[in-house]
Amino acid sequence: MTNFKRPDGRKVDELRPMKAKVGVVPNADGSAMFQFGDTIAIAAVYGPKKMHPQHMQDPEKGTLRCTYNMLSFSVTDRIRPGPSRRSTEISKITGWALEPALMIDKYANMVVDVHINILQANASTRCAGINAAAMALAHAGIPMKDMVSSVSIGKLDKQLVVDVNKKEEDWEEGEGATDIPITFTNNGELTHLQLDGKITTKQLKEAIELARKSCKEIYEVQKEALKKVAE
Amino acid sequence: MTEKKIVIPGEIIAEAKDNLPGEGTEKKGNDIVALRFGLAEESNRLVKVIPLSGIYQPRRGNLVIGKVENITFNGWVIDIGSAERAFLPLSEVPRYVNKDGLEEIMGIGDMVIVKIWSMNKRGIDLSIRSRELGKVEEGMIVKINPNKVPRIIGKEGSMINLIKDETKCNITVGQNGLIWIKGDKIEDELSSKKAILFISEKSFVVGLTEKVKKFLEEMKK
Repeated sequence: MTNFKRPDGRKVDELRPMKAKVGVVPNADGSAMFQFGDTIAIAAVYGPKKMHPQHMQDPEKGTLRCTYNMLSFSVTDRIRPGPSRRSTEISKITGWALEPALMIDKYANMVVDVHINILQANASTRCAGINAAAMALAHAGIPMKDMVSSVSIGKLDKQLVVDVNKKEEDWEEGEGATDIPITFTNNGELTHLQLDGKITTKQLKEAIELARKSCKEIYEVQKEALKKVAE
Repeated sequence: MTEKKIVIPGEIIAEAKDNLPGEGTEKKGNDIVALRFGLAEESNRLVKVIPLSGIYQPRRGNLVIGKVENITFNGWVIDIGSAERAFLPLSEVPRYVNKDGLEEIMGIGDMVIVKIWSMNKRGIDLSIRSRELGKVEEGMIVKINPNKVPRIIGKEGSMINLIKDETKCNITVGQNGLIWIKGDKIEDELSSKKAILFISEKSFVVGLTEKVKKFLEEMKK
């Protein structure tokens, strides 16, 4: 179990070196950068502001609008710029992962815009995006119940690993690779879990516990970055 | 907890047993937790979080500087940098105004110094019924981060009075981060502007008042 070898020599529960910075986009109301090894995401938050177009306004509560985008140079094969099936899905998912932590009920008819851009991709981009977005939302002064942190758990053959990279995502030995992005609030509540692949119930529970532990580490990085910005 | 501490959402500030949750905080079990990013402060056992970033949060009684965005049949819609649009009713103008003559008093794009009169579900109502309020006719307007406004003003207005005395300019600071400077000479206005931008850049430095004094003296030479 423990002598499992990961391509980059990490331990099974070891995250890639993380880096976080708040206030990277001076024009935005809140912004942050989050990095997992080679995966870099920046998030910018604008608002709360009046929702446009008007027919999308919700008079009962505020709206969270997320946009996830991978820049064309973020991977070795150029990505065609503009929205794609994948990026629309991740935009939606990111919104769902963040919304339970936000308290935007009193911002009726208003919208909080979150723009996530992936500068450089080496798997786990949506997790890096969510982590950056959570910091950017806090920086923008949006009322939040808690911070959220996200990590991807991979199942390589039968082994669970934390924070998959591109090489591991393309794992082909044995049962192949399954990637499970999981998001937790600092309180330990799960807000998002995506799974497409085969995994046993028992192992999924293990994966969730593994993610819970890793999210604590990520939270510390986020916390430190936020505290640093105010000096 | 006596000193100010930076908190992030969800972070425990104090025990709920002997403190009351104020603005930006919430009681959760036995603790008071922060609901937003900012400086936690305790006074008279009331714990609150002072925001450090984000857009301008309007409050009743705030003096702000806004831009006329639209003219309706009974007043002006003014952009004060908040999420909600603010409205200045025609009845605030003390003299008779012809229904077609609203543009003559304030046209679209004009800057105006106003006070927030009331805030309700429909939006923000403004007032110009005071001596220092009204349309901005001359001078220049500087925009800074609204969260830096308390620094520009300083303790009991010490910082702003220092700039006023040194540059002999008339300065009005809007709570929304817009500052109106009016001096006799354009050079005076520019040095005031430089000083204000200097403060907003170095707002976390200790002993800022002394540094600004030096900065202003150096500029005079």
